[in-house]
Amino acid sequence: MIRDTTIGAKLWATAVWAVVGFFIINLFAMIGTVVVSSFGTRWLGTWLPAGWTTRWYSSAWSEFQLGDVLIVSFQVVGLVVLISGLLGVTAAYALARRDFPGKKLVMLLFLLPLLIPPITFGIPLATVLYQTGLAGTFWGVVAANLVPTVPFVILVMIPFIEQIDPKIEAAARVFGANTFKLFLHVLLPLLLPGILASLLLVLVRTIAMFELTFLVAGPTSQTLVVALYYAVFAAGVRAVQSIDAMAVIYMVTTLIWLLVALRFVNPAQIVTRAKQQPAH
Amino acid sequence: MHSTSQASHHDHGPSLRQRLAARGLDAVTLLVLPAALFLVLLFIYPFAFGLVLSFEPKAGGSWLANYSRFFADPFLYETIAKTLWLSIPTTLLNLFLAVPIAFRVRLMRNQRILTAILILPITLGTVLVAEGLLNYLGPQGWLNRTLVTFGLASQPLKLLHNYWGVFISLLLTGFPFTFLLTLSYVTGIDPALEQAAATLGAGARQRFRHVYLPLLMPGFAITFCLSFVQAFSVFPSAVLLGAPAGPTRVISIAAYQAAFEEYDYSMASAIAMIMGFVQLAIVVAILASRGLFYRGPASGAKG
Amino acid sequence: MPIALSKFDEVRLDHVSRDFGSLNALRDVSLTIKRGEFIALLGPSGCGKSTTLNCIAGLLPVTGGSIWLDKTRVDTLKPEERGFGMVFQNYALFPHLNVRQNIGFGLKMRNTPRVEMERKIDEAVALVRLKGQEHKLPGQLSGGQQQRVAIARAIVIEPPLVLMDEPLSNLDAKLRLEMRAEIRRIHNELGATTIYVTHDQDEALSLADRIVVLRDGVIRQVGTPKELYEAPAHLDVADFMGFRNKLKGKVIANDGDGRAVIDVEGATFRGVTRQALPIGAAAFVAIRPDDLMLGEPGINALKATVETIEYRGREFVGTARSAQGADFVFRSHHSIAPGGSIHLTASDDRVLVFADQA
Repeated sequence: MIRDTTIGAKLWATAVWAVVGFFIINLFAMIGTVVVSSFGTRWLGTWLPAGWTTRWYSSAWSEFQLGDVLIVSFQVVGLVVLISGLLGVTAAYALARRDFPGKKLVMLLFLLPLLIPPITFGIPLATVLYQTGLAGTFWGVVAANLVPTVPFVILVMIPFIEQIDPKIEAAARVFGANTFKLFLHVLLPLLLPGILASLLLVLVRTIAMFELTFLVAGPTSQTLVVALYYAVFAAGVRAVQSIDAMAVIYMVTTLIWLLVALRFVNPAQIVTRAKQQPAH
Repeated sequence: MHSTSQASHHDHGPSLRQRLAARGLDAVTLLVLPAALFLVLLFIYPFAFGLVLSFEPKAGGSWLANYSRFFADPFLYETIAKTLWLSIPTTLLNLFLAVPIAFRVRLMRNQRILTAILILPITLGTVLVAEGLLNYLGPQGWLNRTLVTFGLASQPLKLLHNYWGVFISLLLTGFPFTFLLTLSYVTGIDPALEQAAATLGAGARQRFRHVYLPLLMPGFAITFCLSFVQAFSVFPSAVLLGAPAGPTRVISIAAYQAAFEEYDYSMASAIAMIMGFVQLAIVVAILASRGLFYRGPASGAKG
Repeated sequence: MPIALSKFDEVRLDHVSRDFGSLNALRDVSLTIKRGEFIALLGPSGCGKSTTLNCIAGLLPVTGGSIWLDKTRVDTLKPEERGFGMVFQNYALFPHLNVRQNIGFGLKMRNTPRVEMERKIDEAVALVRLKGQEHKLPGQLSGGQQQRVAIARAIVIEPPLVLMDEPLSNLDAKLRLEMRAEIRRIHNELGATTIYVTHDQDEALSLADRIVVLRDGVIRQVGTPKELYEAPAHLDVADFMGFRNKLKGKVIANDGDGRAVIDVEGATFRGVTRQALPIGAAAFVAIRPDDLMLGEPGINALKATVETIEYRGREFVGTARSAQGADFVFRSHHSIAPGGSIHLTASDDRVLVFADQA
């Protein structure tokens, strides 16, 4: 954009940055409240708590059985990442490399679970899972979480695969690579950045995926975010600081992976999933 | 290193495998099947199942009983208006804020830090934002303390367990989403077009009005649709920050209660179908009006 | 032991067709290539030359006919089972592998023992003169260097047949001449058998032992560069061989001994023909711009008006149009202002006459 240097333009720019600043201050203050509260002893009617402590963490850990919840969370997330990687990358390869009758319909099938909000398709999905007895189980939670993540991997991977010149695959074939060797020596190394990026994004999204897990999880198959919801929902039963400590634990698990992901992907990709970045 | 297999004289016509391959159907195409099958089973089938189930009321009666009950009971049908009353203003506000900011951020050399900050609320998710806002917006929270201290409010504002609590949480989680989508559209426009307009005598306002706006309209339409659909399906924050029995009894709460409190999956499916239908109707209306806008490459002649 | 290419006698394409799922259809292409030959497949884009190459490589299945390496049928084999070497148009180097790894890829796929592999890579690197670049990635190489890697990768597996798909089309003019000489040198040093696809007649003429001209998926003419250059069999082949001036006229005499006289807008041209041309039939006269001379007004000269004139250093190149709208390209040693009248003639043995097929 052409830079304008008139007074009006400067005022306008200032106003725009003020809005951004206001938003960010409130965002950090909101996060800060949770962190401060989780370390505070008593906090009523003052700017900061009366004293500092870490005991809320140990009480939250035992009250909410966070050990078990975290194990379940990581198992769910790990399996979702693995399975959506397997299903997604193979399907993306077919869609990037072949034109076949009905391809548009298949693309629509992969687009819909990303466009339709989870709560909308989550209720019929939960209904079916309850009928089949899968709901409430560990595998029910994994299956429900795969519904948006498989299409996500597909849509992120298609441009990655498309940018690899098919001639390179032809060259590998001519020089004696069978399908397995082609995958191992050529495709995998070239696609690794894309696979890594898409799976990290799946990981971050699955940790934070509330609706689907909430609708199909049972008491033993809750993930951290659902446990947090129940804790907030039943506020009053436990000390507020305990819930805040749990929220901080949740934030830390999410943000660690977000930081890892940001090393490999453009942050905007978390929202605009179709944006590609070159492999080299 | 060539094979020494002797010539096999089979007939010269193309085999079935070759004919299928010519239409794009070969072993590679089949790789799409596992994922497609999975989604048919866990996405299409549940939808179809839910649709059929919604016409089989739990309490018996006519096949439309669920729907007639929904539209007869104000406690149910008002959820549509309540949800729209939350989702449309927040989506519009987010979009109106996002556009000028995106035009500014486009000039920044290091957008990464800002975008990284902005994706925080999306990454943390609605549940954590709701939990944070419960502290932050409370009568003793930092926001109200600041307002009162600086004399901006005579007494703490009531921002929780009402419409405004949900409204603020929709801004906090919705704005980054809207903004990042808008930014990707705005940065997709070739700056040479604006430079060309400037050399032809167009001022900043005219450049926006006559160059950017027509090119960005389709992108804005899609951004509005995606943001709206997100806001329309608001759930945890409506429960935790709003008044889930009153002004923020949104449609997803009604669906959830039907399914998990009344165990009436038939009614729940009917509400989910209505929810999907309203989203679809708004999206179709927006995208249909997109036909009025320019559609094509936004990067000049290269396409 | 230096790189030694597999021993065989001939590669034979036997009525090869490829007639659906592709715009570049091939019809009934039969061709025998002897060991050690350098064959150029020449034709405009869409003529089927790349389709032919891809069918030989196995990247496209043939839909009719067969391909033989001596007594072995190869068109039923997968590309990885054929063992041919190929140089791709944009080189198709593996971007994640360095020069050595790219060159060694085919050997690795064949599970060649390490010591032998290293030795062969060394030889190939030396042959294409890439010493010192061996640990760079393709992205760090110039176009010419990438080209050398692509060639080394194709020959290091000691293939019976080296396939080249417009390998020089991505290089600038100077480098193209240099690499052209390199390709011929490597072909000669190895005694390789090469099939070379190009749309550039200069390339085909200077490199090939035999040229195959394709058009619309059909072989139009096969011959040595000299045969094609001097005696193209069809008007379109002539066009490809630089006979840019094609003038439509009428046969007024035919001595039946390969000479015909054609009337073009009142001017007469004598030329060589290999077709039976009845008197009065429509025919085309084909003349290279070099052979079109500026003459005095006379019975044999065709009057035309100069439209453009360009300075080309040693001479001028101009375009002109006759009274009836035929366009010419001609060369001249002096400048002629556009709008000026000229009279064009050509010596008899520089003129070809073809029947009007349209």
